[in-house]
Amino acid sequence: MYRLRLWSVRHARGLERVYKWVEGAMVGLDPVFSRLGYARVERPVALVERSVKTLLFDCEMCGQCVLSSTGMSCPMNCPKQLRNGPCGGVRPGGYCEVKPWMRCVWCDAWEGAQRMRNGAWIHEVLPPVDRSLKGSSSWLRVAREKAAERGHSETKSRARRIVAKAFAGARRNEPASAPLAEEPQSAVNREAQR
Amino acid sequence: MSVDPKDFSPGLNEWAPPPEGYSSGSRLERVLRQGRFAVTAELNPPDSADPEDVFEAARPLAEVVDAINATDASGANCHMSSIGICSLLTRAGYGTIYQISCRDRNRIAIQGDVLGAAAMGVRNVLCLTGDGVGVGDQPGAKPVFDLDSISLLRALKTMRDEGAFLSGRKISRPPPLFLGAAENPCVTPVEWRPERLAKKIEAGAEYIQTNYIFDMPVFEAFMARVRDLGLDKKVFILAGVGPLASPRAARWMRSNVPGIHIPEHVIERMEKAEKPGEEGKRICIELIQQIREIQGVAGVHVMAYRREHQVSEIILESGVLAGRRPVARRSRVQGQGRPAGEPRMEG
Repeated sequence: MYRLRLWSVRHARGLERVYKWVEGAMVGLDPVFSRLGYARVERPVALVERSVKTLLFDCEMCGQCVLSSTGMSCPMNCPKQLRNGPCGGVRPGGYCEVKPWMRCVWCDAWEGAQRMRNGAWIHEVLPPVDRSLKGSSSWLRVAREKAAERGHSETKSRARRIVAKAFAGARRNEPASAPLAEEPQSAVNREAQR
Repeated sequence: MSVDPKDFSPGLNEWAPPPEGYSSGSRLERVLRQGRFAVTAELNPPDSADPEDVFEAARPLAEVVDAINATDASGANCHMSSIGICSLLTRAGYGTIYQISCRDRNRIAIQGDVLGAAAMGVRNVLCLTGDGVGVGDQPGAKPVFDLDSISLLRALKTMRDEGAFLSGRKISRPPPLFLGAAENPCVTPVEWRPERLAKKIEAGAEYIQTNYIFDMPVFEAFMARVRDLGLDKKVFILAGVGPLASPRAARWMRSNVPGIHIPEHVIERMEKAEKPGEEGKRICIELIQQIREIQGVAGVHVMAYRREHQVSEIILESGVLAGRRPVARRSRVQGQGRPAGEPRMEG
């Protein structure tokens, strides 16, 4: 919802705190998820994530959430889906080039970032979206990444390794944007499975 | 043997590895790294399959610039492709800038095209996001935007420096590219534009060509911030300029072309003039002369949409070349005496 989305940017600081907490909880639940199997929890968690984030951010479920680096303004709402800042076509007053009635997602992101503790993350170069992860849970991905950092599993994918290397800063701040952990089958090409 | 940075003589083999400290060894890169005030200009791509139309458009520009930009369906209007134009011109000995927009092609197409362009001798690329399809001649087209200008920069930097595609697969001979990007200093959010420039540099940009500058105070403030951040030491900034045809055209551009900011006083000045076209040219020359005085500006980029005939007058009258011979095409006679079918290959 557009108005709620703008509210979220205005309350970026508070949401950042909530987000940190959610992330901590997901990472803490890694042993539980592992025992149940990430493949099995993917669907229910994605469902909850979709409901909450659609309401607050007009989330598109890209599966690689970077809200903490974009002032709590979801970059997937940019008609060009830019992940690294506004384009050169922003209209006077900060309105979108493609949808003139809408605030530029990146002007909002900039304002949101100013309110956040980790606002400087917005300067980090983010990798392109892995479109095969659309529809999957980004929360679970973060949990897997944090667990993988502790040495649980490592990817065999060359593509993932080069992206993680080329976008090392993004990987540090937003592990789900350049993931390295093994993905359960149910988290890949979910959109096609639906 | 690598390229001698100071040797701009014709027949030079720029397929040789770039000199120490250079990414590509292209003529534009050498002009900039040697601290000369560079001049580039935009070529309006033909709606034709005739190579002669490309050469006809390029010849007058090549006399006065260091490299020619071939636009990539700018304004989402379909024309001859940038890669086609750059390939033709590069192999005929012209210095080119290959513009890549993220609007029409995904990462598979772009990475492949870049290898193809590099194999044809293209060395300078300009990474752009691209205008939305809605403003163009085929608004029903599917907008791609798989990458954005900044992730594109990093992807090409990875291809060049790591010798790998985004898939991780090795590239046996990486493309020696001089990486460029655009910036729009006079458009919202102006306070954040210098930070965005920093991000582009971080992603891999080595030179910047800006959108049209008509508002000098805003551009000066932008450059002051750029200098504060030390960015002018890390990137070559070429300021974009262009002649306006008439007050009406200026107003139309302002409201219909994305990302163009023209202050009212500029348009009023043209309205008062007897010959608006001449006044537009005059304004452009004055802007170039003012821009040249700004610390941290490394050159100008002239975009003269449908006013190509004015480009050479503008550049010569502005005096920016300061007696220097530009290097987009070294000399008229350079091609003579060369066997047919063996074009010179230079970036």
